[in-house]
This record gives sequence, structure tokens and C-alpha cells, in this order.
Amino acid sequence: MSSAMINLILEATLETIYMVAISGIIAALAGIPLGVLLYVTRPGQILAQPILQSVLSVVTNIGRSIPFIILLVAIVPFTRLLVGSSIGTMAAAVPLTIAAIPFVARLVEGALNEISPGLVEAAQSMGATPWQIITRVLLPEARGGIYTALTITVVTLISYSAMAGAVGGGGLGDLGIRYGHQRYNETIMLITVVILVVMVQGLQSLGDYLVRRSNHK
Amino acid sequence: MIRLQNVSKTFGSGPRAVTALKNINLEVPRGQIHGVIGLSGAGKSTLIRCVNLLERPSTGTVHVDGQELTLLSGEDLNKARHGIGMIFQHFNLLTSRTVFNNVALPLELMGVSRTEIRERVTPLLDLVGLTDKARQYPAQLSGGQKQRVAIARALASRPSVLLCDEATSALDPQTTASILELLQDINRKLNLTILLITHEMEVVKSICHRVSLISDGELVEEANVGDFFTAPRTRLGRHFLNDFLELEPPRALIDRLLDASGEHTHPVVRLGFSGDAVATPLISRLARECGVDVSILQAKVESIQERTLGLMIAELMGDADDTQRAIDYLMAHDLNVEVLGHVQRND
Repeated sequence: MSSAMINLILEATLETIYMVAISGIIAALAGIPLGVLLYVTRPGQILAQPILQSVLSVVTNIGRSIPFIILLVAIVPFTRLLVGSSIGTMAAAVPLTIAAIPFVARLVEGALNEISPGLVEAAQSMGATPWQIITRVLLPEARGGIYTALTITVVTLISYSAMAGAVGGGGLGDLGIRYGHQRYNETIMLITVVILVVMVQGLQSLGDYLVRRSNHK
Repeated sequence: MIRLQNVSKTFGSGPRAVTALKNINLEVPRGQIHGVIGLSGAGKSTLIRCVNLLERPSTGTVHVDGQELTLLSGEDLNKARHGIGMIFQHFNLLTSRTVFNNVALPLELMGVSRTEIRERVTPLLDLVGLTDKARQYPAQLSGGQKQRVAIARALASRPSVLLCDEATSALDPQTTASILELLQDINRKLNLTILLITHEMEVVKSICHRVSLISDGELVEEANVGDFFTAPRTRLGRHFLNDFLELEPPRALIDRLLDASGEHTHPVVRLGFSGDAVATPLISRLARECGVDVSILQAKVESIQERTLGLMIAELMGDADDTQRAIDYLMAHDLNVEVLGHVQRND
């Protein structure tokens, strides 16, 4: 294999890592609070706000129901506004982030669902404020579930990032499609797939380790 | 001190409203252990949750230590709750925190400093006998140990009142006994007022001073525990007592029992003794003075706090006149006599 090819693969790997890292981090920073908000504003919960909850829930569902490839193109004007360009790796990170936020939020909400309501009640009986219940009871108790949520999100982002080629985002998936598939280069196809498998395996192992470490159940 | 005045609680509204509590009046003086007993669905849980306003009463007032909680909300209510500890059937410990940090939680919430937390948590773990488990997680503990941690946690803010929500219902009898002993111990040591709800008479018998009976959201009977166990005033009270004492006539006898007396029948009676009657040899006197033989089918003596309580199921053998005289004689000696039915004579 030529050194040009090797460079191409290296570059694509870095692009994938870059897109997934940026969108993953921002999605976590926005998605975790959104997930908490979806949970605590439910009727009967510590900050019950049924109307706000319905609105957030609908918005989250809309975000989750748009196919990623459509979202990618549909928000081009927004992407351009945000990062100054509608093409490139940075431009691909924007729709990835937008898609991942509601995804993280629902998974975090699910992780919070697993917490026994009795724990919240116990904290209330101790005179805990809603903020204290979120920071000292809900988030620590859901830590394992949140790690699981983030692992699933990052793995999903890796697979979504393959579509980033549509806006010139590059990355391993794009390389696989253009060189491996369209030019029948089986070696490239194989290598990109192997790298992706190794990445997913590694992330999953890291996620499992973090879940295990935070789980005292 | 806990005082509930005219407390009612309704869930929902309109035609689908459910009344969980009806006009509850309850007063628990400082240092007393008060039990509320009732069947499931009677409103016990709602009642105890109204004391620290986990459920806000629809009407009525709640006073704890002279403070009217029903007037408070937000920060003031949270502050008042520091004076009320609570433990639960399923312990509700944080799985992500060690035993030490679980007990420290209420202090963290109050903004107590790290050093003071250490000074206060250690003696509490000592009090509940879990000093060596401080660094373990709840998942590594047995049910009884978890409840001990929960008790230490409930005491951390130095409350004057402890609420126990079916605190021993998830524990085996032996562990139940040790937890009850601990509750009694802290009640004496700290002069803690304890309100507990339970469906187990054993709990009431072991540690309560007073007991209330709840049925369908209403308190239907309230008495000192000694009085309640000797002479419950309501049907439900008698049901709880008989269930607890397991003093039902044997199956074979029930099958032979007739409602009406006849020429060749003997009455079968349930006798309840308490106080002086326990020490008096009434049965042998019965034989001498009324000419009636007594065949004891079942008997039991229970000691409830400082009082002794005897229960017996017996067949009174003799002529109709004599047996009636025997029943009158027993009643005259302050025995609780209930005729269960009549059986055919064997002769």
C-alpha cells in the first residue's frame, strides 16, 4: 500500500475521532441536563412542570425522529451560521451534535427512571432542595446508567459520522464509501472497517469499565 | 411532640377523588412511642407522610415540636424537616455511597463542615453497631444492617421525632426483634418521640406505649397498648388480636360447633383474663362452686409490657343451668367471655 494511502487512512481516522469527540462532548454537556430536566419536570416529580415537560418531550421526539441524512442537509443554513461553512469536518460535527443531544437526553432520562423513587422521598424527608436532590442523589445514583448512555451515544456517533461525507466531512466511513465501495478497493474497505471495529470495541470496553467501577448495586 | 388536628387527605378531584384520610386527630407526647396499625390500603402510609409533609394534608394542621408545619413551605419546611427523621420499609439508602457517606448525607445537605461530619457520624455508627462497616456499600450489607444505617442516617440531624414507615416489614422475625430493640434503645437514650406505622401486632406489642387503629382512612380506636391487648373495643381490634394470638378454635372443633344450644350440648367459650384474674385459680373454683367441669382446648399466656394476658378456649361440661351459672361467675370476675358455640355431649 502506498504511503499516500496510509496518509489518507490516518487523516480519515483523525477526522472521525475529531467529529465524534466534539459532537460527543457537546451532546453530553447539553443532553445530560436535558435528560434531567425531562425527568424532574414530570408530574409528581420534584420540579413538576407538566407543560414544560410536554414541550421538551415533543422537541426531543422531533429531534430523534428526523433521519440523520436529512437532518445533515436540512440544517445547512444553521451550520453555516454557527461554524462559518457548510462543508468540512467542523460542519459535519454540527448536525452530529444536534442529533446526539436528544439521543443522550432520552437515555439519561431512562437511567434516572431506574432510580427507586424511595431515594428521592428519603432525601426530601431530610430537607433536601430540588437542586441537592439532583446533584447528590439523582446524578450519583444514575452514574452507571449515564456512562452506559454515553457509550451507546459515542458508538452511534461513529456510525452516523459515516454519512458526514455527504457534506465533505471526511472520516473513515466516507473513505470506505468513496475508495472502498465506489472504486472497488477492497483493502481500503477492509482497513476502514477494521479500524472502526477496533474503535467501537475500545470505547465499549472503556464504557463497561466505567459502569463497573461506579456500580455498587 | 406530634399533633395532627382534623387532618384529611384527598387524592385527585371531582368524581374520581379518593379520600385517603378522614379527619385524623392524633397526639404523640414527647418521648412516647406511638404505633398506628392497620391493614394495607387503610391509609397508614399517607398518614405518616402527612407528618413531615411528604404528603400535604388537604385540610387540617400538623404541629411538630410546637411548630405548625402546614404553614411552612420551601426553605422553612426543609429546615423543619431536619428535626424529623424518617426510616422506610425498603431502607432507601443511596447505593452509590458508602455506609459512612449515607449517614453523612443529611449533614451535607445542612451544610455541616467535613470535620464536624466526621465527629458526628462516627458515634452514630457506634450507636447502631456498624463501626466496622463504615467503608462498605449498602449492597454488601444484610437487611437488618441496612436498616441500622438508615436509623443512623435518620438520627444524624439530631431530630426530636422519628417516623418509621413499616420499618421492619421487610425483615425476618429475628432481625425485626433486634431493630425494635434498637428503636426502643434510642427512644430511651435520646428521649426521641417515635411514630411508627405497621401491620404487625408484634411491633406494637414489643415497643409501643400507645396504639391507634386505622381503618379506611379513619382512626377507629386509640388505647394504651396494655388495654388494647386485653380488651380491644372494635371488631377490627379483636380481629388483629386474635390473628396475633393465633387463638382460633381447632379445625376439628369448628366443624362440630353448633350455633344453638340443645338438650345434649355443652358451650364452648373463649376466655380472656388480665390483671388480677390471671393470678386467681378461677378454673378450679368454677369446678367447685358451679359444679362444672372444664376441658381446656387451647390456652396461651402473653406478657404485654408489664401486664399479663391469658387467653383460653374451653368446653364447659355440665347441665345448662350450671354452665350458665359458670359463665356468669366468670363475667363477675372481670373475665372477657365469648360463647363460640355449642358441641354435642360425648356421653
